[in-house]
Amino acid sequence: MAVLTADAPAVRRRRRSVRRVPPVLLLFVLVPVAVEGFWVFWPALQGFYLSLTNWDGVSAPEFVGLGNYAEMLSDDIFRTAALDTIIWIVLFGGISAAGGLGLALLLNRERRGVGFYRAALFTPVVFSLVATSLIWQVIYQPDGVVNKLLAAVGLGSWQHAWLADPQTALYAVLIPALWRQLGYVMVLYLAGLKGIDPALYEAAKLDGATSVQQFRHITWPQLRSVNSVVLSVIIIDSLRSFDVVWSMTKGGPYHSSELLSTYMYSTAFQSLRLGYASALAVVIFVLAFGVIVTYLVRAFREDQ
Amino acid sequence: MTTTRPTPARPAERPAPARRSRRRQARTFGFHLAAGGLAVLWLLPILLVLTTSVRSFSDIASNGLGALPGSFDLGSFGEAWGVGGGGHAMLNSVVVTIPTVFLSLLLAAAAAFALSRYRIPFRRTIILVMLSGNLLPPQILLVPVSKLAELLGIYDTLTALVIVQVGFGLGFYTFVLQGFMRSIPDELQQAALIDGAGTVQIFWRIILPMTRPALAALGALAFTWTFNDLLWSITVLRTETVMPVTPALLGLQGQYVSNWNVIAAGSVIAAVPTVLVFLRFQKHFISGLAIGAIK
Repeated sequence: MAVLTADAPAVRRRRRSVRRVPPVLLLFVLVPVAVEGFWVFWPALQGFYLSLTNWDGVSAPEFVGLGNYAEMLSDDIFRTAALDTIIWIVLFGGISAAGGLGLALLLNRERRGVGFYRAALFTPVVFSLVATSLIWQVIYQPDGVVNKLLAAVGLGSWQHAWLADPQTALYAVLIPALWRQLGYVMVLYLAGLKGIDPALYEAAKLDGATSVQQFRHITWPQLRSVNSVVLSVIIIDSLRSFDVVWSMTKGGPYHSSELLSTYMYSTAFQSLRLGYASALAVVIFVLAFGVIVTYLVRAFREDQ
Repeated sequence: MTTTRPTPARPAERPAPARRSRRRQARTFGFHLAAGGLAVLWLLPILLVLTTSVRSFSDIASNGLGALPGSFDLGSFGEAWGVGGGGHAMLNSVVVTIPTVFLSLLLAAAAAFALSRYRIPFRRTIILVMLSGNLLPPQILLVPVSKLAELLGIYDTLTALVIVQVGFGLGFYTFVLQGFMRSIPDELQQAALIDGAGTVQIFWRIILPMTRPALAALGALAFTWTFNDLLWSITVLRTETVMPVTPALLGLQGQYVSNWNVIAAGSVIAAVPTVLVFLRFQKHFISGLAIGAIK
């Protein structure tokens, strides 16, 4: 957030007193930068280049310009994956943001039992997405709990092979992802709520503000910076979402739960079309780019 | 129960102006009803997996997965740990996770120290570029990273996995640590300097110990992230015997197709280390997750 003007001279004074740079610091910076450069930035550049080639991973890459991107236009699986990714961002993102905020508001006040409730909602965050997806596969099995419950309440006709039906696979995968994400977003919002000055609420209460008004005029505006963090985290997380889909359906059946990330992975490492896969990765990058830039601009401003 | 998650009745925001204590009682009741209901809903899947893991195969086969447990049998854990390769995978995970956490925090701390406490030219740009590396979608790196590992002859080794994980995590850890180190008062460093401490000593003996809370938070986070990773493992590893726990779990699923008790036991085993780290570092872990939000 913006640096208060009162702090500015102090900051400047401190900066001025910083000593000269000892040579050993060169190593302190260069080694980590080199590691990241070699294993992240250099491969990223290669990824962009490879997206302009056809490559099977063995013979030399063949330069095809924008051919891979042109191919996407007529690739039905790509279209499904792109659409599913958008659905995923909207549902996964929207529900976990709104739900996380709701949970944080519900569990914000310190009262008896609140620690237990928070811990319960938070527990799945600790599990890997693969473990999460196995847990939910047990639930979704044809003879599993969901179908048993449906039968028990007389909705036997709704029973389903949830993960094997193209109509339901994507949503069946979404629920475990949300189960795990909601607690995380709740933590972010709880941290944000804790940062709001209680005096604001007291003043509002004296003025006779209702809780809805307090939320609208105090809580929500004060959560602005948290909202932007949550938004970035969610979009980046949804574009990265891979584990849960891969371990539950591998994108199937018939690509019905295919996300860009799973399609990219199977194109690269199963179909061995490394050039086309790289182009898919570039599409994911372009989708994430806006978030990355916003995030950096925000970090940069705070830094000043 | 799972697809249509009931929206809990939130406690009424403004009850009619009845007697105050009764209103409060009703509110408290509503709160516990809503929060308790959600907590139960959240814990049920975990409970279900725990009960599945201790049922016998014949019980599941004859009564169905969704039935109430009619047997108690810990054999599935032995199966998942031994024959299923869980024990071996756990060892691989430890061999990957511990050096990864240690190395990434050490390198990130060194960079953060230099960038936050000294006038390195372009220091702000360096930090942001490093951070942006961590924000990149990993998909763009997968193909080149696997080829790079092949080229260096470390493909299909745990070394490759450690290096890749360190490289990818560095940006975020450096960003967080430099923010933390900047808030350490300069006087401490000045005093140490006057006492004749060298740069490395200042880093190791003064700044690093003072960064302990941030290191604990990031350490707990890095542990779970590395331990739970799937994507990097299946990108740079191929042979089953070197796979860490998460990809091994997937293998277990293929190997024991309908032995749900063994698969459930495997996922319970896979969750134990991160749950332990979480319980031990609970406070740090949660503050670590919230780092982004409260800045």
